[in-house]
Amino acid sequence: MKFSDLFKKKGSSDVAKDRLKLVLVSDRSSCSPEIMEKIKNDIIEVLSKYVEIDKEGLDIRITQVENEEGADKSSPALCANIPIKNMKGQSKVK
Amino acid sequence: MGEVIVITSGKGGVGKTTTTANIGTGLAKLGKKVVLVDTDIGLRNLDVVLGLENRIVYNLVDVVEENCKPKQALIKSKKTEGLYLLPAAQTRDKTSVTPDQMKELAKELKKDFDYVFMDCPAGIEQGFKNAIAGADRALIVTTPEVSAVRDADRIIGLLEANEMSDTKLIVNRLRQDMVKQGNMMSADDVVEVLEIGLIGIVPDDENIVIATNNGEPLAGDDSLAGQAYMNICHRIMGEDVSFLDLNKKGFFARLFGK
Repeated sequence: MKFSDLFKKKGSSDVAKDRLKLVLVSDRSSCSPEIMEKIKNDIIEVLSKYVEIDKEGLDIRITQVENEEGADKSSPALCANIPIKNMKGQSKVK
Repeated sequence: MGEVIVITSGKGGVGKTTTTANIGTGLAKLGKKVVLVDTDIGLRNLDVVLGLENRIVYNLVDVVEENCKPKQALIKSKKTEGLYLLPAAQTRDKTSVTPDQMKELAKELKKDFDYVFMDCPAGIEQGFKNAIAGADRALIVTTPEVSAVRDADRIIGLLEANEMSDTKLIVNRLRQDMVKQGNMMSADDVVEVLEIGLIGIVPDDENIVIATNNGEPLAGDDSLAGQAYMNICHRIMGEDVSFLDLNKKGFFARLFGK
């Protein structure tokens, strides 16, 4: 927070609008569980060509990330945490 | 052939029923033949807002179950020529009617009326599905609050999924004084967030409370809300009417003693 922000009181309507925009991003972007499952399986399939994945530890979800240009703006992002068990040998990859 | 319009919101208590009663009354005053269908089975209220609660004989479920003909269940307003109510059943629940039955009913009513309004219950379950089933277009009511706008967004998404493309927004209970202070979202703010066309702004007006107490909708009288409702009616009929200047109230209303 900047020092000048301390003196700039934000109206509650602006707060409401910002909160609303944030909550709608996640409301609107929430995929159905079936689609998330399909995305997950496709990611596993592609990555398995190159690395051995810990399928149990795989975590995929839609979250929001703050844009770099504006701190009060955010956009949906697909975040995946994919634990790798083993890098596959280079020889297997053409 | 008339048009079927559903009035919906997702969230409860934002003024769907009051809006339905007033728009129906307004259109009837403009010479249209209008029927208002209360689809809130088990929690009916459109009858009391219209002041017709003592005249109910048959209801929506009776019509669907063919205990009576649709015309027998319609209650004709004595105060407003051309306005009819098809009340909901009070002792049944939403599962008493199916979307297919509602489609059929809507088709029948369209033949005799210029406008058929479906007053939708709160929620997104069976009652909502019933109310939107036979509708040609939708009016979404919201108040300038985070919770109501969020639910409206959900409803817009569900209507899109049901291939309803003609949806318009009514921002209800707007307090212009609070908007000016920066403590209430403006209609423009709500429109910006929801990305949907605006068909009306209804100010928070104590006359609405009085009108509801009396069971006499105020559309068409000289109150601000009464004018706002009438403007919505004109826009429903396809006329281009400019939005009320809500800032006027403090000055002109006092000047003319309204």
